[in-house]
Amino acid sequence: MKINLQDLILNIKDIKAGQKVLLNGNIYTARDAAHKRIVDILDKGEKLPIDLKNSAIYYCGPTPPKPGEIVGSCGPTTSSRMDVYTPRILKEGVKVLIGKGARTEWVAKAFKENNAAYLVATGGVGALISKTVKKAELLAFEDLEPEAVYRFEIEDMPLVVAIDSFGNNIFNKTVL
Amino acid sequence: MRKIESEIITNAVKDLCAETNYNLPDDVLKSLSACIRCENCSAARDILEQIAKNASIAKKEKVPLCQDTGTANFFIKLGQEARVENGNICDAINKGVALGYKDNYLRKSVVSDPLERRNTTDNTPSNIYIDIVSGEKIEITFLPKGGGGENASALKMLTPSACWEGVKDFVLSVVKDKGKNACPPLIIGVGVGGDFASVGLLSKKALLREIGGVNENAFYAKKEQELLSGINKLNIGPMGMGGNTTALAVFITAKPTHIASLPVAVSIQCHSCKRKTITI
Repeated sequence: MKINLQDLILNIKDIKAGQKVLLNGNIYTARDAAHKRIVDILDKGEKLPIDLKNSAIYYCGPTPPKPGEIVGSCGPTTSSRMDVYTPRILKEGVKVLIGKGARTEWVAKAFKENNAAYLVATGGVGALISKTVKKAELLAFEDLEPEAVYRFEIEDMPLVVAIDSFGNNIFNKTVL
Repeated sequence: MRKIESEIITNAVKDLCAETNYNLPDDVLKSLSACIRCENCSAARDILEQIAKNASIAKKEKVPLCQDTGTANFFIKLGQEARVENGNICDAINKGVALGYKDNYLRKSVVSDPLERRNTTDNTPSNIYIDIVSGEKIEITFLPKGGGGENASALKMLTPSACWEGVKDFVLSVVKDKGKNACPPLIIGVGVGGDFASVGLLSKKALLREIGGVNENAFYAKKEQELLSGINKLNIGPMGMGGNTTALAVFITAKPTHIASLPVAVSIQCHSCKRKTITI
């Protein structure tokens, strides 16, 4: 199902764990070091260089683009490393998180409490996923190198809803 | 004594960094294709098909298979009759990595200090493991290894009474606990024996074996099949979303150990199992 990010956020109760979507819209990239920095800035009460309200964060550290290319290889990284930051990030108004792999149960609860969802992309297919990125713009934390924050404009990025806004979690069903 | 200019090694390593990160080895591709035919779960088949398609795009367009172009691991067989001129072999390799990662737009994924965490910006230093062998050639095997698989790897100092059952339980528990986040289908290297320091390396070197080959040791060949079958019954599946394709292969390497010890290490490799060997 094709869906625009803002429509998905407005109708977040309509998407269910296990559902496949082709996501369109603007998403931020942020992984370990960017999350740490975002939370440090919030703790200090300073202003963030990006607006988190009603946004989506993609756990991704791309390879540099070749000259003339939009982006390099850009698949998802393991989400569970960001678990510790996730309740705080969701409280700031982020509604969609995109990564790969399972998350701890208390994080699944945080999605439910904040009316947010966790979507997964296939890991290790960064060349394929790069085809869905139509624009990439460096927004913040350039010194973090591959861990800097970018805005990706994506078209039909293939994702699966892993934790929905009711807290249903596909990884809890399938892993024995 | 055969003289080899260090620059020859640097240039060879530079090219090796790019080629290895763009091309999934034939044995891995073949194994993935076989799994697409055998996988019962349709969502799992979709993922395996994406992996195969990704490999074809990466090869054709010369782009990295995965954004995690890894830490640069080198396994060297250094002929004792070879002499590196104008520099030492480790510096020559690191120079090749810095050039290879910068010039070929690969990701720099190394921080200088594990706690300070500042990116070194050229993906050095690499991890270099050298074995001295007879002859005058230098064989260089490159294994760029992603962080997901590394984080899922584990080591345990068992004691002799644990026997094979203890080893098996440990390997299965590692895959069950951490495998789903390490981009399955996995390749699993198991080191048994040696000591605390060497067993990890043993398990990592096991990952260099080709899928489809049979362990020369008949006992461990059988045990590899036993583990593979157990792992593929865990229903972890591609990307941890269910299915019977959790691992493509298990490789076991054993070595002598202390009378009191039974060390076991499990090196987890994601499906993007990139490795290539060259000889100078």
